[in-house]
Amino acid sequence: MKRICLSVIGLFLVMFAAFAQPGGRDTSQYKPRKLSFEEANLVSSYYKQDGNNSAVEGGRGSEKLSDISNTLDVKFIRWDKQDRKHSYVGEIGMDHYTSASSDKINPNTLSSASHSDTRLYPSFSWNMENLQKGSTIGAGVSLSSEYDYTSIGVHVDYAQKTKNRNGEFSAKGQVYLDKLKYILPVELRTSGNPNSNNGEGDNYSSKSRNSYSGSLSYSQIVNTRLQLMFIADLVYQQGYLGLPFHRVYLQGRPTTAVVENLPDTRMKIPLGFRANYFVGDKVILRSFYRYYTDDWGLSSHTVQLESSVKVSPFLSITPFYRYYTQTAVDYFAPYLTHKTTDQYYTSNYDLSAFNSNFYGAGFKITPTKGVFGIQRLTMLELRYGHYTRTTGLSSDIISMNLKFK
Amino acid sequence: MNMTKKSAWLFLVVVPLLALAACTTVKEYEKNRLNDSEMILSARKVERTEMSFQTYREGSSGANGGKTGGGCGCN
Repeated sequence: MKRICLSVIGLFLVMFAAFAQPGGRDTSQYKPRKLSFEEANLVSSYYKQDGNNSAVEGGRGSEKLSDISNTLDVKFIRWDKQDRKHSYVGEIGMDHYTSASSDKINPNTLSSASHSDTRLYPSFSWNMENLQKGSTIGAGVSLSSEYDYTSIGVHVDYAQKTKNRNGEFSAKGQVYLDKLKYILPVELRTSGNPNSNNGEGDNYSSKSRNSYSGSLSYSQIVNTRLQLMFIADLVYQQGYLGLPFHRVYLQGRPTTAVVENLPDTRMKIPLGFRANYFVGDKVILRSFYRYYTDDWGLSSHTVQLESSVKVSPFLSITPFYRYYTQTAVDYFAPYLTHKTTDQYYTSNYDLSAFNSNFYGAGFKITPTKGVFGIQRLTMLELRYGHYTRTTGLSSDIISMNLKFK
Repeated sequence: MNMTKKSAWLFLVVVPLLALAACTTVKEYEKNRLNDSEMILSARKVERTEMSFQTYREGSSGANGGKTGGGCGCN
């Protein structure tokens, strides 16, 4: 793990060296025809959680998990002969997690206290902005790969500013084509099961899951201090939408598990609203509200409030609070409460009814001489949050963003 | 449609209409506050892992500019 972290930091420092040329010129008017470096961001996070409703064990057992993630994105720009700005963003991300519940898929063969895995997710996107017309078009591809799951994504987007440049309409289409290994809990792997490998080797069969989403948004400047955004998404998922190693224990059968069974389609409709307001000269209020509904019977409300206080021109502090509430899906029931006649069943508490609170604070420094005296390292942001759920799950997360220009 | 759903739909329709009705045209040279990096109408980069774990630990996702599918989040 240390090697992974050091590799990412090393990569970032090598990039510093590659682009660190003294006496950076003012690029505010300069429009490079050739591809030129714009900025890079390193985002690192450490996340840990604990709870007692593991879906792997049918709604009981430890949900202890820790995750270290690092993502690095690099942005290049160039201007073409028609005076259009092209942006190219390459990104590579890596998560490494340990999960106590994963041990319980096959407790006979895994001896570690916490099973672990690494996820890699590179992506590339391009967009072209026509400043005269106020329009932007873009496209991108992404890949996410871990031991039992692979996802390939593509997206296209289009945005158009209003005539007075105070509003902008955006549309985005995304497709994700996912494949997952059908890894059953060990006691359900039998020779008669065509999807089973009897717990031997890596020859698992696979299942597919596809997601198609369309997103429309409109942002509007209301006055010199207030701007708003409205977002409407429509997401359709199709394929194997459960997970094969999620156990369910039906009524009266405490020793015989079955595999979670969920419908093979799901339609989701999230609607969002953002409003940011500049109060006086030193405080910015940021707010977000989302209403969500889907055809599995789950609906939710999310409210997030955040204030950014500019202590000085180079330091801002950002406390935040997020409240979330959801109803359960129609197919959820706790351990030993599903009926044997139920068509669909899950004991995954992520799909149960609960409320959650998430709060914390962050700070951002943007010193004129660069962070740690490194001229090109223009910004450091640190943020900590604590999350509690009424099901008993709690988690902590600390994240850092370093910006290099 | 229950009361909570009605309230949500009302909030998402009425508030925007009221706000849009109050709009004034802001010139480029008046946008110094709006162009502040904290005023950006999307999640910060530093929030990306937070958004990921919320997507995994909660049944809903989307409408926040992030991804709306792909990846497992099984554990």
